[in-house]
Amino acid sequence: MPVLTYLWILPLLPLLGAAANGIFGGRWKKSIVTTVALSSTTLAFVAAVELVREFVALPTDQIPWTKSYFPWISAGGFRADFSLQVDQLTVTMLLVVTGVGWLIHIYSTAYMRDDPGYRRFFSYLNLFMFFMLLLVLAANYLLMFVGWEGVGLCSYLLIGFFFLKHSATNAGNKAFWVNRIGDFGFILGVLLILRTFGTLDFATVLPRAAAMPVEPAGQWGVLTTIALLLFVGAAGKSAQLPLYVWLPDAMEGPTPVSALIHAATMVTAGVYMVARSHVIFLNAPVAMQVVAVIGCLTALFAATIGLVQTDIKKVLAYSTVSQLGYMFLACGVGAFSAGVFHLMTHAFFKGLLFLAAGSVIHAMGGEQDMRKMGGLREKIPWTFWTMLMATLAIAGTPGFSGFFSKDEILLATQRASTPLWALGVLTAGLTSFYMFRLLFLTFCGAPRFDQRHVHVHESPRSMLVPLVVLAVLAVGGGWVAAPHLWGGVNYFEQYLAPVFSTAAEAPTAAAEPSGGATELLQALLGAPVIAGLVGFFFAWWFYVRSPQTPKKLAASFAPLYKLLSGKYFVDELYAAVIVRPLVWISDKVLWHVVDEGAIDGTVNGVARVSRESGDRLRQASTGNIRTYAAWVLVGVVVFTSLLLWMVG
Amino acid sequence: MKRGVRLDVDLNFSGGVVVPTSYYLLLSGVLFGLGVVAFVFKRNIITIFMSIELMLNAVNLAFVAFSRALGQLQGQVFVFFVIVVAAAEAAVGLAIIIVISRNRGTLNVERVDSLKH
Repeated sequence: MPVLTYLWILPLLPLLGAAANGIFGGRWKKSIVTTVALSSTTLAFVAAVELVREFVALPTDQIPWTKSYFPWISAGGFRADFSLQVDQLTVTMLLVVTGVGWLIHIYSTAYMRDDPGYRRFFSYLNLFMFFMLLLVLAANYLLMFVGWEGVGLCSYLLIGFFFLKHSATNAGNKAFWVNRIGDFGFILGVLLILRTFGTLDFATVLPRAAAMPVEPAGQWGVLTTIALLLFVGAAGKSAQLPLYVWLPDAMEGPTPVSALIHAATMVTAGVYMVARSHVIFLNAPVAMQVVAVIGCLTALFAATIGLVQTDIKKVLAYSTVSQLGYMFLACGVGAFSAGVFHLMTHAFFKGLLFLAAGSVIHAMGGEQDMRKMGGLREKIPWTFWTMLMATLAIAGTPGFSGFFSKDEILLATQRASTPLWALGVLTAGLTSFYMFRLLFLTFCGAPRFDQRHVHVHESPRSMLVPLVVLAVLAVGGGWVAAPHLWGGVNYFEQYLAPVFSTAAEAPTAAAEPSGGATELLQALLGAPVIAGLVGFFFAWWFYVRSPQTPKKLAASFAPLYKLLSGKYFVDELYAAVIVRPLVWISDKVLWHVVDEGAIDGTVNGVARVSRESGDRLRQASTGNIRTYAAWVLVGVVVFTSLLLWMVG
Repeated sequence: MKRGVRLDVDLNFSGGVVVPTSYYLLLSGVLFGLGVVAFVFKRNIITIFMSIELMLNAVNLAFVAFSRALGQLQGQVFVFFVIVVAAAEAAVGLAIIIVISRNRGTLNVERVDSLKH
């Protein structure tokens, strides 16, 4: 079992790629850079597949498979090893990360072909893969935190990739700072875990947490605190209310980065972490409710903003925030496997949507405003058809992957809480609307750009192949859970069951097949599908049938439209409440008073006192030897008398 | 070497008139004081140099006196060290004085005050 024994190979491969390209890439030809970057990710994917093969053969009592390689920190009673762990959840994440990551690497070789920062880009991207693999493979919270911070760093570097653009560096800083808030919560949670359980290993912490009594509502116990602190971290990383503001701005980065980091993998790290710590959350129902409500509200909130965005990537960004909200909703109602399932299908269809959007932008020569697109269907058919598949998937069209995962989440929510379910269904309708709006605005109708200047062209094959592969996955990726609908087995859930075994009492798990056909019918004619259809209908009505309607609507509901297109003015609110006071305090108090007054004052004061006293004392140095001799004499007399006085 | 000449120091000297230690110390103090006064008030470098020697020898005298009074040899040994150092110092010091005299054409310390700058 080579890969299971040497698990560190998996993260090491991209790290080597990043290091090689980062250190030597400057002297290499572009083709070598490409080879290094691609082969490291390809090998990582191959290793992941081989790992799955070995993992399947593993006896159940050896799962989770944990390997400790060396003691990392050992201080007093505290000990953290460099130890990696594989269980069903890890395997799912590994396949998503390496698989989608690999496809996006291939895509990037064409997308970034003419960029002067080609080598830097792939170095960062490989580094990201390394940290992401470390995050999902880590067997304790501390190592997970290393990966967690590492992906944040790579995200920052890649958002600010076009560092000459002021907006890009600002967006990078914003992402970094907002994530700091979340990470602060995460590290506090980790410290509290250490304090409570004395260790950070999943293998020890989780069973002990499971053994603790459930903390009922109204009783604020340590598990609730831990869970909420961890969720603060997850909300930062996975862009949930109120820390979602960085993700839309993160679209300043190159589009493959948006696809890989800000849609498919990194932003789902929060969901992964919550799923990993599900034991803690299950014993803290208050925290679960918070997760569910925040997730649901985020889903709705972001979807409404997405309705009126005009930048193709911004729509997708808000859509990502919204879908992440769904995942947290699933976790919050105890359907962790549904959440992870949606994480997987989302990685497929949202990765595809971003890549297709990148292809559109590529075809339009850098244009991102959907108002200046239109009628691209004939010119870039491959992009259109793959994007259509992804749109159908995210809109929850029966048969496509998003249908299965979203349906499961809403099913679980329905059993937990009707208001949340209603909001979830409403969000499903909104999702369908804004996605088809995007599709119609981009690909249908008459071209709204200057055809003499913009030469629309289909992307090269290395960009189209990942699109097609992801389209296949976006369509078919959900069928692993499909038989559930006609009373069969939900393979995905069954597969993850060992991980979430303690969540067995959670509503979704192995829902007793109550007359398969009814359930199928229920799902097909269920509210989410109807909501999706309504959304599609409105999108078609507004943007194909009578394109004048949106303008009229915007005019008649001007305040509402302004509120939505202004993104609820949350950025402005944060700027007014947090950023500006902070800048003011930094400027007026910390800079001019504390720094210049106290710190500089002390330092300069010491210097001035020395200089001025030196000036005075200098007068004593006449240069005349006899004066010095006299001083020596005086000194001797003084010290001798002192000595005599003290002794006597 | 004739018999009767005492080569070894009789630390328990007990013949003839005993000069009290305080006399030696008084002489040493007077010599040292003269050296100091000369060092501070004379202008000629050579004289200053000589006053240093005077002080050194005043100290030597005190050492020897104490050595005898306390019956210990260390004081005697120390005197030799002082003499050796004084010889070395004289060599270096005189060389410096010659250089100063050549460069400045004077031996007046009032004129050798460039340490100020």
